[in-house]
Amino acid sequence: MKPIRIGNGCGFWGDNLDAPILLARAGRLDVLTLEYLAELTMSILALQKERDPDAGFAADFLDVLERLTPILKEQPRLKIITNAGGMNPHSCARKARAILQGARLGYKRIGIVSGDDLLPRLDELLASGHAFTNLDTTAPLTTVRERVVSANAYLGAAPIVEALRQGADIVVTGRVADASLTVAPTAHAFNWRWDDWHRLAGATVAGHLIECGAQVTGGLWCHWQDAKDLANVGYPFVDMSDDGGFTISKPEGSGGAVNLETVSEQLLYEVGDPAAYLTPDVVADFTSVQLHHAGPDRVQVSPARGQPATGTFKASIAYRDGFQASGTLVILGPKAVAKAQASGAMLIERLRRIGIVPERHHIEVLGTGACVPGVLKDAPEPVEVVLRVSVQDGRRAVVERFTKELAPLVTSGPPGVTGYTTGRPPVREVFAYWPALVDKRVVTPSVEVLA
Amino acid sequence: MNEVTRLSDIAHARSGDKGNHANIGVLAYTPAGYAWLKEYLTADVVAEYFATMKPSRVVRFEAANVLGLNFMLFDVLAGGASQSLRIDTQGKTLASALLQMPLVPPPVLKSLEQML
Repeated sequence: MKPIRIGNGCGFWGDNLDAPILLARAGRLDVLTLEYLAELTMSILALQKERDPDAGFAADFLDVLERLTPILKEQPRLKIITNAGGMNPHSCARKARAILQGARLGYKRIGIVSGDDLLPRLDELLASGHAFTNLDTTAPLTTVRERVVSANAYLGAAPIVEALRQGADIVVTGRVADASLTVAPTAHAFNWRWDDWHRLAGATVAGHLIECGAQVTGGLWCHWQDAKDLANVGYPFVDMSDDGGFTISKPEGSGGAVNLETVSEQLLYEVGDPAAYLTPDVVADFTSVQLHHAGPDRVQVSPARGQPATGTFKASIAYRDGFQASGTLVILGPKAVAKAQASGAMLIERLRRIGIVPERHHIEVLGTGACVPGVLKDAPEPVEVVLRVSVQDGRRAVVERFTKELAPLVTSGPPGVTGYTTGRPPVREVFAYWPALVDKRVVTPSVEVLA
Repeated sequence: MNEVTRLSDIAHARSGDKGNHANIGVLAYTPAGYAWLKEYLTADVVAEYFATMKPSRVVRFEAANVLGLNFMLFDVLAGGASQSLRIDTQGKTLASALLQMPLVPPPVLKSLEQML
């Protein structure tokens, strides 16, 4: 059977807006996937929906879709699968339909996958014994229940396949495991069974490799200088075979690189036990695949091995956890580091004198290896640094007051301090992350195809 | 031959986050380099290297198919993407930091040639 080509044109909300268009135009894809939802995106979308019942999805997708309409006419068989629906896949789908109708593509069918939103049922689930125990701290969710703003199960590939079976050309989902966006069209194309564990594992490896977009085509690569024309980096696609093996590449003429190094770096990216990568669809063994050079910017990945999926979905829950702000100043030497440290301490001391003591504060001197505090002990003394001071507190007023203490340091601290032209830093509300599991039997994915 | 003094001379790496935890995938350039990593780049060595960032524990996994070791550094991100006050809330730079680690013990010359 002919392989199916699936390309991913978006790795996160905020990714390059031109990438999906370039990939769809040049990639000769069967399916374009677009991934928008990071761990905490749902909490932001939940608040948007609270303010406006029609909002709460990744609005970038609508702009992308509008620009894709000429390509959808040239490539009538191209399908799009995206989790842009976020907290409101129905609203996202309705607006997508309006765009398609406006472009005389009203005959395209839009599938909607929902059922991931657990918030409306959260109390009922808690009452019936589902504790949503924090996977890291083992605390029960009841300890923060009042502050929860979103709770979503990561659904798998099955409801997307159902939408495709019902004839959807475009599938808009809420929270779905990233790799499932790739597993679904493959399982649909080859009519896989849901206990074809090895095949599902292979497609999961593929989905994992392309879900972060340019990270597998030269982005973040340790030898990034060897990637040609990274400014024009091509986004990845996979040619999936029926046995779960695939090749990974990028459009001809695009920049970046696909080789054994870029692929192996991404294989382990954000992975725990590589022999047991858990998704709703399968437990995939990433150590079971062999990578082979298969031509310029082309790597072949052998079929993987998989184990039966677990009986639980991962649930991603977000709860309010106070407020944060961070401000920066630029400081030139001599003794730039000492001046920065003194300035930061001065700022905190000035707050203390007016009775303001944030619950947490952090002073860091960027330029000294502050990304990894204390680790790079032999780093040379920089001639110029950025002082960054951050605070967190449950009281917004405390954080507000902090944001007004940075500017005075330009005139009332050490000399050689600048970089304060963008005004007071914004106060942002903090949504903390609560990872948990939920029994698959109490989550019911829902599929609807707009006529 | 170039001087071989740091981990970056025999391996490449990438890091990222999982909530308040981080992972670092380290991949040797050659089988000889992988043998060195397996022997000397233990979970304890990595925990010691990042000790100032206070990981609660470090676990090492092997991925021999890509000559790789994957390290999970638990509770190392001071709250993670949502709560940490650090500039690198997501552990994106941990791999670059680890690659600067001096090779101890220094590989002997003969095995060194095989690691590059």
